[in-house]
Amino acid sequence: MNSPEPLGALQKPVVAVPSLARAGREPKTGVAAAVLRKIRTTHPPSSRIPDFAFGVIILLSAISVFAIVVLVVWELIGKSRLSLHQFGIGFFYGHDWDPVEGNFGAVPFIYGTLVSSFLALLLAVPASIGVAVYITEMCPQRLRAIISFLVELLAAIPSVIYGLWGIFVLAPLLREYVEPFLAKTLGWTGLFTGPIYGLGMLAAGIILAIMVVPVIASITREVMTAVPQNQREAVLALGATRWEMIRMGVLRNARIGIVGGIILGLGRALGETMAVTMVIGNRPEVAKSLFAPGYTMASVIANEFTEATGDLYLSALVEIGLVLFLVTLIVNALARLLVWSITGGTARVRA
Amino acid sequence: MSSSVAHEVSLGRRIANQGATAFAVLAAVLVLIPLLAIFVYLLIKGIGSVNLAFLTQTPKPPGETGGGMANGIIGTGLILAIASVIGLPLGIGSGIYLAEYGRHRFGDLIRFTADVLNGVPSIVIGIAVYSLVVVPQKHFSAFSGGVALGIMMIPTIARATEEMLLMVPNIIREAALGLGIPRWRTTLSISLRTASAGVITGCMLAFARVAGETAPLLFTAFGNQFWNLKLNQPTAALSLQVYSYAISPYDDWHRQAWAGALILIVLIVAAVAAVRISTSRGMLKGGT
Repeated sequence: MNSPEPLGALQKPVVAVPSLARAGREPKTGVAAAVLRKIRTTHPPSSRIPDFAFGVIILLSAISVFAIVVLVVWELIGKSRLSLHQFGIGFFYGHDWDPVEGNFGAVPFIYGTLVSSFLALLLAVPASIGVAVYITEMCPQRLRAIISFLVELLAAIPSVIYGLWGIFVLAPLLREYVEPFLAKTLGWTGLFTGPIYGLGMLAAGIILAIMVVPVIASITREVMTAVPQNQREAVLALGATRWEMIRMGVLRNARIGIVGGIILGLGRALGETMAVTMVIGNRPEVAKSLFAPGYTMASVIANEFTEATGDLYLSALVEIGLVLFLVTLIVNALARLLVWSITGGTARVRA
Repeated sequence: MSSSVAHEVSLGRRIANQGATAFAVLAAVLVLIPLLAIFVYLLIKGIGSVNLAFLTQTPKPPGETGGGMANGIIGTGLILAIASVIGLPLGIGSGIYLAEYGRHRFGDLIRFTADVLNGVPSIVIGIAVYSLVVVPQKHFSAFSGGVALGIMMIPTIARATEEMLLMVPNIIREAALGLGIPRWRTTLSISLRTASAGVITGCMLAFARVAGETAPLLFTAFGNQFWNLKLNQPTAALSLQVYSYAISPYDDWHRQAWAGALILIVLIVAAVAAVRISTSRGMLKGGT
């Protein structure tokens, strides 16, 4: 600590960084000043206490992140205990969702979540990889930044606006043109039959596809950029065309990271709520046709949580939330491992 | 990156090459069409309905025309303010921890949990905050909505702060410490200030991400047809109103949903753009 000042004339106002403020301002001559300087350099003001306090505050805020996740899991398990106890594993193969009878089975929701997400990936994966290839390998330098900005802009649009657009623009488009056409040409597959509403599984899949494209495209772009330029040059020097270079030199090296990006997109699609709730039709049934309305795990929570009467009903909804949490946790962890194995942990991974 | 080949390339390979190029261009166009369509529709359908009444009045009873979303705009501002009060210090704090102190096992654990939190579906955050805040409080409230959105801001801000701090060269820290500046002061006034532009950008991204969130507000802020500035009462939010108006059967409410969506996206874009411009001019460089 500071030793007491011998000379009142040298007293300075207390500043936060004494050693800085003092530099160059003190009288340069005189025995007193020399002694003072000596004392100060040998006994610098201790910063142990403020440093310790700062470290504790910072540590606490870091621990809060951990605590929040633990609390979320704790609450989900606690609040779904009733339903876990009542239905056990049967919850996952029960088809009935009957709040009046107190009978809850999650199959229609699990089915709806899986089908809409896989439909989204089916549409989004080729488009995202195509965009990423275009941006990294083909695009003129001037356009590169603009196009990647526009693709990322898709990620900034709120979910509810996608839903709004889905209801009033996409659904009528599907109802008037796309679905009648699909029914006529591909009706024999059984996937495109039945009454045409516009709103339904197909609409949900398309909206989700648009929403996951920026996720997959940005990861794909990043892992493709991580492939060394030498690889490209080597393959080109062997006489490959541009496509062969991309296929053999770039995509093959980046494939694990691309799979990671796709799984990350899946994680986002599984948990997406508002846009899907607005366009999927919200009917808890398992239908083969993609025209039929469906229901997802996230949207049943959104629709019924505030109206759930009775503890068991609420508990069943929380259990769906718990399942959703665990599935997205596993999916995201897997995706991160894959992406990190390519980029060495430098890629910014956003879910 | 065009290949100039001396020998003749076979027809099949040429077709494959050109096909792949065409596919990539097509993919780029297909991805950009929805973006364009969404913005065009927002402008066309929204701009005619944004007027003084929409910006200053509260909703009319169902079925009546007129009214506005003024309470939703205020409510969104209120909820976002609470979210920022919670999310900014915790996010920046844990970012500092990860970059300056967390280069070991425990840091990795925090880093992993932050990523887990980032991937948790927003509706699940809503459930958790409902049972942690709303149930004990016995009220849907602006506060609980702010807590839900604040929690969602933390991981984004933490990872952005960490990334930006790691880009500050160690030599600067050593120079500061060498002058006798305490470590806490070095971290706040030297490292964090050097990284401030990037940290602010990260905060804005987190802010923009939660500004349009609807799902976690459904059972926390809940929505309200009337004015409310009390933190412990149900509160309207722009995104909630867009949602409930969009799924309502009334044409006039559909019109207002588009207007609300337009306001929402303008607010988000304006917030991000304002910070981008001011950080590039160095106005915010001083404050952290």
